[in-house]
Amino acid sequence: MPEIRNYTLNFGPQHPAAHGVLRLVLEMDGEVVERADPHIGLLHRGTEKLAESKPYNQTIGYMDRLDYVSMMCNEHGYVMAIEKLLGVEVPERAQYIRVMFDEITRILNHLMWLGAHGLDIGAMSMFLYCFREREDLMDCYEAVSGARLHATYYRPGGVARDLPDQMPKYEANRFRSAAQVKKQNEARDGSMLDFIEDFANRFPRCVDEYETLLTDNRIWKQRTVGIGVVTPERALQLGFTGPMLRGSNTEWDLRKNEPYEVYDRIDFDIPIGMNGDSYDRYLVRIEEMRQSNRIIKQCIDWLRVNKGPVITEDHKVAPPRRSEMKGDMEALIHHFKLFTEGFSLPAGESYAAVEHPKGEFGCYLVSDGANKPYRLKVRAAGFPHLAALDEMARGHMLSDVVALIGTQDIVFGEIDR
Amino acid sequence: MSRLDDMLASLKAAFPANESIVKDIDLATITVAPADLPSVALTLRDDPSLAFTQLSDLCGVDYATYGQDEWNTSTAGAASFSRAVDSTSVGRLSFGSDFELPDIGRARFVVVSHLLSITHGVRLRVRCEAPDDSLPVVPSLTTVWANADWYEREAFDLFGILFEGHPDLRRILTDYGFVGHPFRKDFPLVGNVEMRYDPVKGRVVYEPVSIEPRVLVPRVIREDARYVSGEVEDEAAAAAAQAGQSAA
Repeated sequence: MPEIRNYTLNFGPQHPAAHGVLRLVLEMDGEVVERADPHIGLLHRGTEKLAESKPYNQTIGYMDRLDYVSMMCNEHGYVMAIEKLLGVEVPERAQYIRVMFDEITRILNHLMWLGAHGLDIGAMSMFLYCFREREDLMDCYEAVSGARLHATYYRPGGVARDLPDQMPKYEANRFRSAAQVKKQNEARDGSMLDFIEDFANRFPRCVDEYETLLTDNRIWKQRTVGIGVVTPERALQLGFTGPMLRGSNTEWDLRKNEPYEVYDRIDFDIPIGMNGDSYDRYLVRIEEMRQSNRIIKQCIDWLRVNKGPVITEDHKVAPPRRSEMKGDMEALIHHFKLFTEGFSLPAGESYAAVEHPKGEFGCYLVSDGANKPYRLKVRAAGFPHLAALDEMARGHMLSDVVALIGTQDIVFGEIDR
Repeated sequence: MSRLDDMLASLKAAFPANESIVKDIDLATITVAPADLPSVALTLRDDPSLAFTQLSDLCGVDYATYGQDEWNTSTAGAASFSRAVDSTSVGRLSFGSDFELPDIGRARFVVVSHLLSITHGVRLRVRCEAPDDSLPVVPSLTTVWANADWYEREAFDLFGILFEGHPDLRRILTDYGFVGHPFRKDFPLVGNVEMRYDPVKGRVVYEPVSIEPRVLVPRVIREDARYVSGEVEDEAAAAAAQAGQSAA
């Protein structure tokens, strides 16, 4: 009879299914996981300590780099914490733009998650389909901020600038013929809103396409149904938020329960799962993409007819317009002070949370009245999720650990900070 | 915000002896002594009128340099920027430099938790001050909320706050074998050691940092009239009136 031994297995940090830099020490009994000990921190950059040494506005860019697949939602949590302490009003148009980009970001994140999760457990083609749609959304990021990923678009008091009237277009080169380019540029002739509307009209059919590949797929169900079941009570205990909590049959969404910006004026539904397994969390995220699409459409309709400022007129917080600066001494002083020293927040503390695609993204800000934060704590959504991996993986097979990492939607930028 | 007012009333009913329960912008706050923390936490979770079933966040805060700026304009005249910036500020700490922490007259390390009550839709901030600055110890909340585990490991790693009763208090974010607690205010931003691959030795070597810390924008505290509370204004007015009287 062969001797059966227990193994300690190092999973990652260089493993394609470790989603970045996760080092997982697994104690195995044969192929069954007895204990999982995630070692994190390989991507720790000290974002919160860096924030303490910089004026408030210079940290917005660091927020993009936390969860680097849902950039603008991170910025949103951070600027909301500042706005709360500052008591500054955000113009209505900026609120709609923020909601629209939050939802674009949610789709971006969920597409990335779906592609990677599918790839991890054997659905190769998902990755290619998802990245096709992500491309269009990242073009929206580029059109509005100049950067495809790290946008730095949200500012305390609004957003950096209004939506552009035109979209960047493809140009013919030796790899791309003029006829090809013409086809690719079809949706890009109008304004950015036209482009997003075209996307929003196309996107539900894309989601249908993903669903035909996965939802009733026998292999997909074998890999996800009954894997990593979390009861609603346990999900709360473990600090789960977002789709992880809603997958466990708990109706809690900050967009509905603590509405911020204009979410209370928008019509959308919150999907919840019944069984709390990986398959239900998959269904929840798929439905969230459809709901996000609905929200985007409503925002487009509103933004088309309502013009107005997109950032506060309080020039102690937001810079004055360049044309004003040319003729007005006061505006010039404001501009100079804002870019050499920044603005000071009143002494106090604030906690702002947004419904990030991965869960609750919170920023706890302590200010002592200076132009830099005294302490900034980022409550990353993925942190408690990964902490629960041990509990979720016990008794499952090694290959299910890969499915669990996928279903948790882990991104190390925000967990390690 | 009636939900919040209801919660403040329930909190006051549950903890009549605690006078620190106040409203802060959009959530309730309470300060708890370390000895009371385990029992208070259990009440917060299990009392149906409170029902804080979820721990959103737990973190440490180091108050060592609270309220200190590095803009020293009273002694610098028309001279350059570099003279106006205080040379011994936290932002300019480098490896081996001596930095004397000021006496702040309060507990240096505070553990701040944010709780969420899903049934009532309200958040609560719980502050717990560690009594000893040189050996900060606070009771662990791992038995009350399971996810406190990693948050407490993080606070231990970054601030050196010890959690009594924690089952497995290891470092979490910093490197294996890291020395010091990087988020303490007397830990230099540039760090203490840097590493590189040494081709002669054929391995990675650690050396003291060679980069100079820089302060590009100094830390300034502005007394902005918009944020001055009525109380301070009254004091200022009283002081002005007194000065006027004595002059007369």
